[in-house]
Amino acid sequence: MTPDIDKLTKIASQVRRDILRMVHACQSGHPGGSLGCTDYLVALYFHTLKHNTKFDMDGSGEDLFFLSNGHISPVWYSVLARSGYFEVSELATFRKINTRLQGHPTTHEKLPGIRVASGSLGQGMSVAIGAAIAKKLNEDNRLVFSLHGDGELQEGQTWEAAMYASHNKIDNLISTIDVNGQQIDGPTDAILSLGNLRAKWEAFGWEVLEMSGNDMGDVVRVLDLAISKTFKGKPIMILMQTMMGNGVDFMMHTHKWHGSAPNDDQLALALGQLEETLGDY
Amino acid sequence: MKKYTYTEKKDTRSGFGAGLLEVGQKNDKVVALCADLIGSLKMDAFIKEFPERFFQIGIAEANMMGIAAGLTIGGKIPYTGTFANFSTGRVYDQIRQSIAYSDKNVKICASHAGLTLGEDGATHQILEDIGMMKMLPGMVVINPCDYNQTKAATIAIADHHGPVYLRFGRPAVPVFTDPDQKFEIGKAWMVNEGTDVSIFATGHMVWKAIEAGEKLAEAGISAEIINIHTIKPLDEAAVLKSVAKTGCVVTCEEHNRYGGLGDSIAQVLTRNNPVPQEYVAVNDSFGESGTPDQLMKKYGLDTEDIINAVNWVIKRK
Repeated sequence: MTPDIDKLTKIASQVRRDILRMVHACQSGHPGGSLGCTDYLVALYFHTLKHNTKFDMDGSGEDLFFLSNGHISPVWYSVLARSGYFEVSELATFRKINTRLQGHPTTHEKLPGIRVASGSLGQGMSVAIGAAIAKKLNEDNRLVFSLHGDGELQEGQTWEAAMYASHNKIDNLISTIDVNGQQIDGPTDAILSLGNLRAKWEAFGWEVLEMSGNDMGDVVRVLDLAISKTFKGKPIMILMQTMMGNGVDFMMHTHKWHGSAPNDDQLALALGQLEETLGDY
Repeated sequence: MKKYTYTEKKDTRSGFGAGLLEVGQKNDKVVALCADLIGSLKMDAFIKEFPERFFQIGIAEANMMGIAAGLTIGGKIPYTGTFANFSTGRVYDQIRQSIAYSDKNVKICASHAGLTLGEDGATHQILEDIGMMKMLPGMVVINPCDYNQTKAATIAIADHHGPVYLRFGRPAVPVFTDPDQKFEIGKAWMVNEGTDVSIFATGHMVWKAIEAGEKLAEAGISAEIINIHTIKPLDEAAVLKSVAKTGCVVTCEEHNRYGGLGDSIAQVLTRNNPVPQEYVAVNDSFGESGTPDQLMKKYGLDTEDIINAVNWVIKRK
């Protein structure tokens, strides 16, 4: 199948609008990382994943996705809604009382598409490994995908998981790290440097790919490439270079928008830069 | 009064090992994980019979809890095995987010709980685990009293959908419960009926309560002894029924006085029928190195301590 990059790019524009409007409406949330990871999540859900939008927790015969850096929930909620897991109108409830769209993703409110809570960082890779093992035990040859922040790699559990996955040849797992170089308190290089991530993951025994995460063509190409490398004895890591705040000029090149919401004027300015392609919710 | 005897002493962790093998044979969804303590957790028999359903995680308990959560997605029933200290305090946030809050069907099986771990000392003797685990919404907390009950509990928890904390210990202790018992989660076990005092005991303290009950009977005191193997959900009806008859309570646990069985019982009493209560528990302290018997005596968890607590609480009526 030749992916329609133009179609995916149009979806991504709508998802970015959703993210900004959701965060604006409740005046809280994390727009920066959400905007940076939009192209990846759109490509994943609208091109890569073999999945059913009629949600089943076990996901037998489906590809599964786990979001470890749960604070970028706005982009995931938008993509889930836009791909049919629930009504897009529900995006208006994000972070509001009695919502299924909690600040960080949970299974507790039974939102379709979510299989584990995340938010407390560093836990998602372990869960993804467990789900990948279950697939092998069940002779289910679909894949498991996971996304992690780069700052999140400062949590030690990630490296426990990294060691386990290569030692045990968890080769039905494709993890991606959002390498945007930013965390709440500033650049990762200033807070706690991650060093050479390619060398680190290779040393941990993973197959490492690199991807330009805000170039839809490259995202699709590298995800396809990653799938071609599954079931060859190694877990796969995609180092995804992104720009936090991508798509909105004044939200890029700064960590300021990691966890801040735009005001009315800023929202209007931002939406002016993003085409409404599928209709706002 | 029923007379309890025993012909052998066995460790409750071996009850876990035997139960794990049996539940593995009965239910092919059961899988097991261990963080480098296979021998201590007595998991060898399961591993020998089901090597493809066992996962050696290495010394990485946080990763073990996450992998266990993931295994439930796909229908597996994971049993994790390590010491109680590393099953709870070390991985509280992983259990909280990836297991309890996510409503994952993980069985957290914790050996070497409490002082009776012995010589390794306070770094390994957790006395706070019941408290931590019972605070988590939806978590079932079970602390069986002997080999047979631990085996039965290990088998029974597979049929409960949701997270379970199963706590057991290291030393050989009297085997006195029915080997063919049916374990019912949340159902207190009447060990001996009595009229003067209710003794609610859990884990290794149940046998000590039985010993205390015999000595109290010689002194003319009729103690009702109830085994609370499931601390959460607590059998409140059994507690209130007993207290309505006796009018005073002694709780016995190998755990800190704060946050354990005693506090759970106290909450039931204050809301329904406030009566005097005494705690036989560790008095807000860490443990230390020593033999299990020395430690239980030094930290006030011996048969004599139960008798003293009973004598005192009856005076308070």
